[in-house]
Amino acid sequence: MTAVIETTGLGKQYGRKWALRDCALAIPGGHVVGLVGPNGAGKTTLLHMAVGLVTPTCGTIRVLGEPPAAGPALLERVGFVAQDTPVYPRMSVGGHLRFGAWLNPDWDSGLARRRIEQVGLDPRQRAGSLSGGERAQLALTLALAKRPELLVLDEPVASLDPLARRDFLRALMEAVAEHGLSVVLSSHLVGDLERVCDYLVVLVASRVRLAGEVAALRASHYRLSGPRRDPGTLPASQEIIEESHTDKQSTFLVRTDGPVHDPAWTVTPVGLEDLVLAYMSRADDAAARRPRLGVVS
Amino acid sequence: MIEFQLDETSGVATYLQLVQQVHQALRLGMLEPGEQLPTAQQVVARLAINPNTVLKAYRDLEREGLVRARPGRGTFVTGSLPRTDPDTQARYLEAMTDWLRSARAAGLCPDDIEAIYRTAFRACFAEGAA
Repeated sequence: MTAVIETTGLGKQYGRKWALRDCALAIPGGHVVGLVGPNGAGKTTLLHMAVGLVTPTCGTIRVLGEPPAAGPALLERVGFVAQDTPVYPRMSVGGHLRFGAWLNPDWDSGLARRRIEQVGLDPRQRAGSLSGGERAQLALTLALAKRPELLVLDEPVASLDPLARRDFLRALMEAVAEHGLSVVLSSHLVGDLERVCDYLVVLVASRVRLAGEVAALRASHYRLSGPRRDPGTLPASQEIIEESHTDKQSTFLVRTDGPVHDPAWTVTPVGLEDLVLAYMSRADDAAARRPRLGVVS
Repeated sequence: MIEFQLDETSGVATYLQLVQQVHQALRLGMLEPGEQLPTAQQVVARLAINPNTVLKAYRDLEREGLVRARPGRGTFVTGSLPRTDPDTQARYLEAMTDWLRSARAAGLCPDDIEAIYRTAFRACFAEGAA
């Protein structure tokens, strides 16, 4: 299957600041990809380059096997929902659907009508008077009704309350189950994505820190805790992602492909949120070149 | 039909939670051959999770020979897991209780006992897995 997004040496510079650099990714199709990172990490820049809104400074990016915005044929295959799910405030809900039908040759008007009804939106209502959750559902409907192969969403749930957030993600997942489309969505909160993503890209300080299938990432990371130990005594096959020590105890988060046999350790699985936070703070350390913390008692 | 639940604090991967719930339902006799599992769409609508996660769980169960997907119709239970023999269970419960009483009498506190149990449990099942 063609990669939905493939980049090599991709970078974007604004003035003297790199918004994204050395980005090498090959995201296979058929996934729901979570793009995670703190604000300002370069998530929006990457997504905007993927949908052809921003031109790279260097490197290459291909979307569904073609350069982004290669022409109308590619644009029809990609759906995009920008940050804060913008709509035209003075246009009615029904007006948005008619506008969508007019702009998109493969518009699925049945799907659009069904979804609007399901969500409980009045077609006559002005989009400007919708709640945040309703506006997000309208934007999702417009993006789904063009029947894209790839749907890109920039922070779609950031401004929604927990209930609207759950409703939105459920609607998105139902669309994936029904139409089998690939999805890339960004969030600065891992917790939002834990249930829905099966592929994760972690972006910190304009670089990719971690990328891979969630199941494989979870199966290769463990938290080890036990009597205090010098990190140097761990087997070479266990890469230390995070460590903390007291005078008596050591805790490591390690990445390894094999099982952990050492009976001195209490071995526990690592939740996705903890895993991502560990990679984020590791990136911090490297960037700031802070001295390693010694004993904390 | 089985209804899946998610425990987000368990640290156990979502697909594994679904697999384990099917195992447990089979062991308790709550699921029997011929019964249908909910469709990916039904699970997604209920739990708001990724449909690929559901399909991954069902593929794992199929590999174990416990279910079979029939294209266009759904996924059906085809295998069963041995129901644990109640007498065996009772015998080991009794032995464990005796052991715990003797450990307490020897002056071990609940935390000590739990640490011993966990270490032994892990050692025992790590051998089996390796």
